[in-house]
Amino acid sequence: MNHWIVAPIVLPAILAPFIIMVLRYHLDLQRIFSVAGVVALLGIALTITAQAAGGDILVYELGDWPAPFGIVLVLDRMSAMMVLLTALLALPIVLYAIASGWDDRGKHFHALFHFQLMGVCGAFLTGDAFNLFVFFEVLLIASYGLMTHGGGSVRLKAGVQYVAYNLLGSTLFLFALGTLYAVTGTLNMADMAVRVAELPAEDTALLRVGAVLLLLVFCIKAAVLPLHFWLPASYANAPLPVAALFAIMTKVGAYSILRMYTLGFGPEVEATQGLVGAWLQPAALLTLAVGAIGILGAQHIARMVAFCAIASMGTLLIAISLFTETATAAALYYIYHSTLATALLFLVADLVMQRRGGAITPMPPIPQGGLIAALFFVGAIGLAGMPPLSGFIGKLLVLDTARDAPDANVIWAVILIGSFVTIVALARAGSLIFWKSHDAQHNTEMDPENDEDIIRAPAPEPWPGLAFTAVFGIVLGLVMLTLFAGPALEYANKTAEQLFTPEDYITAVLGGEE
Amino acid sequence: MEVLVASAVGVLTAAGIFLILRRRTFPVILGLSLLTYAVNVFLFATGRLALNAPAVLNKYKDVPYTDPLPQALVLTAIVISFGMTAVIVMIALSAYLSSKDDHIDMTAQDSVDAPGEDA
Repeated sequence: MNHWIVAPIVLPAILAPFIIMVLRYHLDLQRIFSVAGVVALLGIALTITAQAAGGDILVYELGDWPAPFGIVLVLDRMSAMMVLLTALLALPIVLYAIASGWDDRGKHFHALFHFQLMGVCGAFLTGDAFNLFVFFEVLLIASYGLMTHGGGSVRLKAGVQYVAYNLLGSTLFLFALGTLYAVTGTLNMADMAVRVAELPAEDTALLRVGAVLLLLVFCIKAAVLPLHFWLPASYANAPLPVAALFAIMTKVGAYSILRMYTLGFGPEVEATQGLVGAWLQPAALLTLAVGAIGILGAQHIARMVAFCAIASMGTLLIAISLFTETATAAALYYIYHSTLATALLFLVADLVMQRRGGAITPMPPIPQGGLIAALFFVGAIGLAGMPPLSGFIGKLLVLDTARDAPDANVIWAVILIGSFVTIVALARAGSLIFWKSHDAQHNTEMDPENDEDIIRAPAPEPWPGLAFTAVFGIVLGLVMLTLFAGPALEYANKTAEQLFTPEDYITAVLGGEE
Repeated sequence: MEVLVASAVGVLTAAGIFLILRRRTFPVILGLSLLTYAVNVFLFATGRLALNAPAVLNKYKDVPYTDPLPQALVLTAIVISFGMTAVIVMIALSAYLSSKDDHIDMTAQDSVDAPGEDA
């Protein structure tokens, strides 16, 4: 058996308790081990991506129990690329958290960070629905700790809301799994797909209930309207490097939707045919619309970026809800882009907030204002989907695949108008924060000539060089995604092709006797 | 028995949802606990209800048995929901102690206060 598959889960699972138990009083050692762990995770992710790139579906049977009876981990192209994305995102964020001193503002940041990575990687790799629930809980319980990291009464109040909302989501997840188990008698995703296809048409009422309940759970995770209410307050009040890491969490929801509704309840299954797309598409359109309006209306930079996350989830889910091969390929490309762009803007927002607070109003200039403004500009271009960055390619792909959809004009209108509103809102925020600061009117007590002194003032971060390097790392990721859009899209196409031939997945997991 | 279990799940869920919609943290946490009880009983029933049947196969005698898997699932669910309830109680307590306010919703003042400033 190929033990690389379980490595992305085992590595953080060992490292996190090690950091808590052995290194709890040594922040420097924690930082070293944490960064080394993330680098190792990146190495593992690259290895398994290389293994999955050939198109084989690799199965890891935990405890060597054969498939429908034991829990399996399954590595196909999609799970490999998602694990790789997690590792690629985690490296700049952990560097930024160290450089900005965020990890020093509370306890156990690095341990929680690695537990979070374990949960996310596990959710991407598992082939068992109940195991998916367990990994969701792992990533959630770590995220509760990370979200309230650093304390403060507003953050703790937002934390209570976040935990309560997600506990409700977990309960709903259990109801959904219970319903599906009662109908199909299995929790293994591949086995469930076989049983669902065999189910006589008159017995499918309960199955449809289960499928929609499960969709609701994933929509809560993906912050789809009207289940998005947890996101703005919790992301805006979380430490912003953590919010940047949370950019991958909404993608866990999107990943689960793609996985479950191409495999178990695929487009060709009669019982749930068209059911998911029909519900998801209007919700996704609304998500994008409300996200764009939220960006425009936000008074605070962190809330604004949180709404950017919602809007980009809207675009992503529009592509997913079409449930065609090309649309899924576009969605997979867009997942990479939107995760990196959202994380970039969260980190830039943190740079701004450390210097002047987050209110989107003119204030005196800030140290390194020009550099931060440039980074904000890059992030804004990426998120709004303007050329030359990957957001443009991503949105173009989504628009292109939506051309043949029945509601193409609605989809095009919402995406284009949404992008326009986003551009306006980000331009407004950027000019208020960065340009208006040089306005002499509000600089009553200082003379505009002195701006230079402030801009040259030392940065508030302990290691500003490392912090900016980390942010530029994400920019580099976006640039690479743009330059190598061809190969990336080719990989996405192959991944979508694999997703839409679920027979291969089922044969790989259940061992060919089906 | 089916009616009894089904109505128990229904009543627990209804009570849980009612409590979750209250404005203070304590009833909300109670409501979440009730909901997790409801889902535990529900999971138990997903393996079909059987009376006096062990959860193991008997290879010597043909006796009825009950599905063991939901019992394992319930065990996992109980552990997780117990842990999560403990976490939310702790976070809610520290939120209450730091702001002297146990309302679940954020006040207008909360959203005006810059979320970035730290203790």
